[in-house]
Amino acid sequence: MSGRAKSISLRQRRRKEALVGYLFVAPAFLGFLIFYLLPTLRAVEISLTDWNLMRASKFVGLGNYATLLSDANFWHSAKVTFAYVVYNIPLQTVLGLLLAVLSDRLARAVWLRAIIIAPYLISNVVAALVWMMMLDPILGLVNAFLTFFGVGPQGFLASPDQAMVSVAAISTWRHTGLTALLFYAGLQAIPAHLYEAAKLEGAGEWTIFRRITLPLLRPVLAFVVVTSLIGSFQVFDVVAVATAGGPSNSTRVILWYIYENAFKFNKMGYASAISVVLFVTLILITLLQMRVLRADQSDLD
Amino acid sequence: MKKLTPQAVLGYPVLALFVFISLLPLWMALKIGLTYPNDVYTSASSLLPSAYTPGNFLRVMGLPSTIELSAFRAAPIDFMLALRNSVIYTALTVAGQIFFSALAGYAFARMNFPGRNKLFFAFLAATMIPSVVLFIPNFVLIKQLGLLNSFAGLVAPTILMTPFAVFFLRQFFLSAPKELDEAARLEGASQFQIFWRIALPIQKGPIATLAILLSINSWNEFFWPFLVGRDPGVRVMAVALSDFMSQTGRGNPDWSGLMAAIMLSILPVIAMLIIFGRQIVESLQTSGLK
Repeated sequence: MSGRAKSISLRQRRRKEALVGYLFVAPAFLGFLIFYLLPTLRAVEISLTDWNLMRASKFVGLGNYATLLSDANFWHSAKVTFAYVVYNIPLQTVLGLLLAVLSDRLARAVWLRAIIIAPYLISNVVAALVWMMMLDPILGLVNAFLTFFGVGPQGFLASPDQAMVSVAAISTWRHTGLTALLFYAGLQAIPAHLYEAAKLEGAGEWTIFRRITLPLLRPVLAFVVVTSLIGSFQVFDVVAVATAGGPSNSTRVILWYIYENAFKFNKMGYASAISVVLFVTLILITLLQMRVLRADQSDLD
Repeated sequence: MKKLTPQAVLGYPVLALFVFISLLPLWMALKIGLTYPNDVYTSASSLLPSAYTPGNFLRVMGLPSTIELSAFRAAPIDFMLALRNSVIYTALTVAGQIFFSALAGYAFARMNFPGRNKLFFAFLAATMIPSVVLFIPNFVLIKQLGLLNSFAGLVAPTILMTPFAVFFLRQFFLSAPKELDEAARLEGASQFQIFWRIALPIQKGPIATLAILLSINSWNEFFWPFLVGRDPGVRVMAVALSDFMSQTGRGNPDWSGLMAAIMLSILPVIAMLIIFGRQIVESLQTSGLK
């Protein structure tokens, strides 16, 4: 075979490989294009219009964003969502960490972890419904328990002061097991000789936890905190089922407010504007968190 | 026998408390599901029903039952239909997503074509896009295509890919040995044959892991089906249960029927957890270690 013929056949082979490569990627690319890339741009486009899905949309520029700034309901929903995040994330992280360390030290049986993640395997909807039963003023076991200890029955989901905490507690109940499981996997990756060395030098439990466990767990910690934070800002399911934003708008979280604007008030443009603002906020939080927690570096190296 | 350290003395009760709180609500749901509707409130603070009945389970499944509720309290829940819809929705999204994401992941890991890395980076960036910014345009699209209340509309956004699935599978194709592919290529196998007969079967373990993770998500998905699939014919379990609750009224819901339906709905999950407990636990554990 002459050199020229060889290079032609090589080029043909390359071209064929490229073609097959495109064919392999094509279905996924279609999904990416239609349901990720274009909608992201379209969300921004819709946010610049006044549109109720029925009539043709009207371009209003940054009008929706200007409205948003002075919309007390929007700021209320931002505040409520923030409260939810503040209740949910620290509690879930600390409980998950405690649970992970305890099972790592005392009980590594797989069935224990299977029970611990059972709440995560059921849907938010089921978690919400079951806890509506548990927190019910008359039917609920929680109030029966409180009454037994001399505390009067509480309104929980029916009380404007307690509804948001209750929703956060339900989410915590469902997610703590998963958080613990992820931490547990991270703990397994820490070499045992580090603990032994520390013990030989007479370090106490708390010192070992603070000086060895926590720093070496940081990448997993960062991952868990960032993903659950992003999820928390988009809390919807439990609210939709258990409170529908009430009572007296005390659980009208951002996503519920977006949902109301889009599907109850038919304000597609305004709803999109809020979703874009939330999107940008989430990206900023992610970048900031990654920096603060130095997620890409492990002290194991 | 292990020595009882102070940590153990403190630790085991705390672990036991975690287990207790994890399971207590499900136990109470089971209890109320087994209770006669009229007894629900009288035995509220007890961990066991005053009298057992399978009647609630039978009536929510549409089977003959001794329990008759007055018409205005007995909300219709076609449990079997919702179960069927959830199975269809989960099976379609999981199978489609894994197949098409595997094709793409394999191409990204093993094939050379212009723009490959840029395209992969774009896919990766898409993991940053939260559903909150996507659902309005996607809803509008599905509505304009006339696909509201159809399985096509329900599965469309996730059946072709999710960035996570592509990323996950690409990692495993990258670390698999190349020799088998080369041997098959020399014997004249097509690229798809190599993928289907050789590359994919090697990844049985990771694919099972991914299938478990995606099934959990699809089975529990509420938001998207809530927006596009409210018609009973396509309504999945999570949406059906939520509708059941809002229909029976917040004042005096049919608690025993609802809890029976809930226990039935999580039965497949509990069965999976008992049979594949280890695999589920290990799959979830790997989902955090990328």
